[in-house]
Amino acid sequence: MSVTGWTTILVFFLTIVVLARPVGGVLTRVLAGERTLPSRILGPLERAFYRLSGVNPDEEQSWSQYALAVLAFKLVCFVAVYLILRLQAHLPLNPAGQAAVAPDLAYNTAISFLTNTNWQSYAGETTMSHLSQMLALTVQNFVSAAAGIAVAAAVIRGFTRREAGTIGNFWADLTRLTLYVLLPACVVLALFFVWQGVPQSLSGVVDATTLEGAHQTIALGPVASQEAIKMLGTNGGGFFNTNSAHPFENPDALTNFVQMVCIFALGAGLTNMFGRMVGNERQGWAIFAAMSVLFMVGAGILYWSESHANPAFAALGVDPIQGNMEGKEVRFGIVGSALFAAVTTDASCGAVNAMHESFLPLGGMVPLVNMMLGEIIFGGVGSGLYGFILFAIIAVFMAGLMVGRTPEYLGKKIEARELKMTMLAVLCLPLVMLGFTALAVVVGPGTSALSAAGPHGFSEALYAYTSAAANNGSAFSGLTANPFWNVTLGIGMMIGRFFVIVPVLAIAGAMAVKKNVPTTSGTFPTDGGLFIGLVTGVILIVGGLTFLPALALGPIVEHLSMLRGIFS
Amino acid sequence: MTMIRHIRPALVLFALLSVLTGLAYPLGLTAVANLVFSHQAQGSIIIRDGHPVGSALIGQNFTSDRYFHPRPSATSGVDPADPSKSVPTPYNAAASVGSNLGPTSRALVARVSAGAVAIGADNPDAIREGWKIPADLVTTSASGLDPDISPEAAFFQVRRVALARHLPEMRVRGLVVQMIRQPMMGWLGEPHVNVLALNLALDAVQ
Repeated sequence: MSVTGWTTILVFFLTIVVLARPVGGVLTRVLAGERTLPSRILGPLERAFYRLSGVNPDEEQSWSQYALAVLAFKLVCFVAVYLILRLQAHLPLNPAGQAAVAPDLAYNTAISFLTNTNWQSYAGETTMSHLSQMLALTVQNFVSAAAGIAVAAAVIRGFTRREAGTIGNFWADLTRLTLYVLLPACVVLALFFVWQGVPQSLSGVVDATTLEGAHQTIALGPVASQEAIKMLGTNGGGFFNTNSAHPFENPDALTNFVQMVCIFALGAGLTNMFGRMVGNERQGWAIFAAMSVLFMVGAGILYWSESHANPAFAALGVDPIQGNMEGKEVRFGIVGSALFAAVTTDASCGAVNAMHESFLPLGGMVPLVNMMLGEIIFGGVGSGLYGFILFAIIAVFMAGLMVGRTPEYLGKKIEARELKMTMLAVLCLPLVMLGFTALAVVVGPGTSALSAAGPHGFSEALYAYTSAAANNGSAFSGLTANPFWNVTLGIGMMIGRFFVIVPVLAIAGAMAVKKNVPTTSGTFPTDGGLFIGLVTGVILIVGGLTFLPALALGPIVEHLSMLRGIFS
Repeated sequence: MTMIRHIRPALVLFALLSVLTGLAYPLGLTAVANLVFSHQAQGSIIIRDGHPVGSALIGQNFTSDRYFHPRPSATSGVDPADPSKSVPTPYNAAASVGSNLGPTSRALVARVSAGAVAIGADNPDAIREGWKIPADLVTTSASGLDPDISPEAAFFQVRRVALARHLPEMRVRGLVVQMIRQPMMGWLGEPHVNVLALNLALDAVQ
């Protein structure tokens, strides 16, 4: 570990602090339908979209209508992506002549992208045509991100309204977020990436003859346009197999830094939007603070872990000073890789610039834990915030139990129905993560896909289902997904998305109809240090109790094996 | 019944947003990018004597003593003898991949051990001078296409390259020093040397 390394982490964090308020301001204005700079230019397009689709943006929806709209839209997304991937051989823009994507893989990929997971059972440069990358995958990167933010906005509206039956209009939220936030930001970002060396080309490959006379085929494509939305929308599905480790996706330390900032930018901004919408920005900063504590702890442990060399290498005459460089790129080094891994799993991004599978056991455990906690550390765009609100509800409920008072959050009473919905959403994630892992490590089609034996193989399986259910998409990528994995991971991704979205919208609906409880001296303040400490504790205890046994079987056993020099 | 009300907006908005974000955005960006940053947009290809020799951003394999060597690469490619099989093909820029070997993998330790022995044999002078082997020279990168090595890994190879090219050691060392790219603003990124750029500079000297 070095001073420059800690400087990187600190400057990164300060950048997020500085960005949260302006980004939150833009999001609030856009979602309220107010005029912004992009809406002055693209306003006619928005109105045309509504006219053609028969949407009245001012007609608000109840929580169930909002949820149905989300589900109807996702159904269309699924069918469209599946068909494009299956038919890509017959469609244009396929310079490398990619064949049709296999049915189980097309199903897995469609769900993966529409749930904002972007788990990749395929290698982009050898599987997808340019048309599939653009029209199937890039589109989903935009709309799944916009849908996530839309749901978060609807949930916040539920808390801010009194005796109301509606929580907004999904179609208007979706359109405005795509047109006025994601698209303009991506145009600027993508051009920046091209400037730094990310290709944006419609040709398939360049054939080069190396200095030693060998032949090298270099895969190209429209990379920058996908790269921008992949990071900003916390999607994480890379153009190339090795994602942001590939020099064409992430050419230097500057693009690496910008990519990390992009992952957190909207999630951090949403905490501020939350504060603005509930009429007290301190409420947003309290959430921001709890997230920051968890972020710093994870990033610190990861950086510490990866700064160590694999102890087995010392006897081979290898200099330990560089740390654990297996599966890392020299231009990012230890801190650029460790920080990226923490950020991408705090949020539900899942882009990787280093191979998590090759991290030392405790270093690899941090991304795993980040995902197990539900990716509420800034989190996926939208999903991070509504996921965090679930923990906030549990925290105020526990505080209520301790003093024997009906819990309240943001002036709303939290009652049995909301708590049941919260528990449904919070419990379905570990059920998928642990249940499927338990299945996969005992059945033949499950174990045959693992690349490692022993505790590391267990971690590989656990990581996969954790990543799927949490809608992250990063992997211990030694796993070679077969139909068993593609199908079960697909189910896991769907449960992880929709068994959270529907309950949180139900909570929003229940909140919207409630009266506001006046704040008294007996109200538990949710914008101060006590709340921050309590909610952080709840997150760690829920995560700790649920997952510690599984972690003990995987990374912890592997760490002890490594120290004792036991290999498998 | 209520679901049906959502079918039209779902279908029409999906189609419109697809055209906008899946065609207009990437294609428009391709046009602008190729106008403004045409070199980068087409992969930062390096042309020497009228022929492409590689990309400034993508590593390539070097085995000759006359060149600086890159990091090991885990990429593979189709076996020319039997197209149904794949064989190790370092720096295959059409199929990026990392080793994905875990820290307690026997295969990893065996590979690093063999790599360390081979590097020691290639650079006997460096070992004799008491150098430890730089870790990046025995570990595979995440992409399998890492274009860079650490400055230590470059200095480690200076004596070998100088001998093979009959150049004064100081000359080669000076070239490496020139090619080191320092962290931006003094803190962002790691010092590194682009192997292809260094080897091109070496060829230009001689």
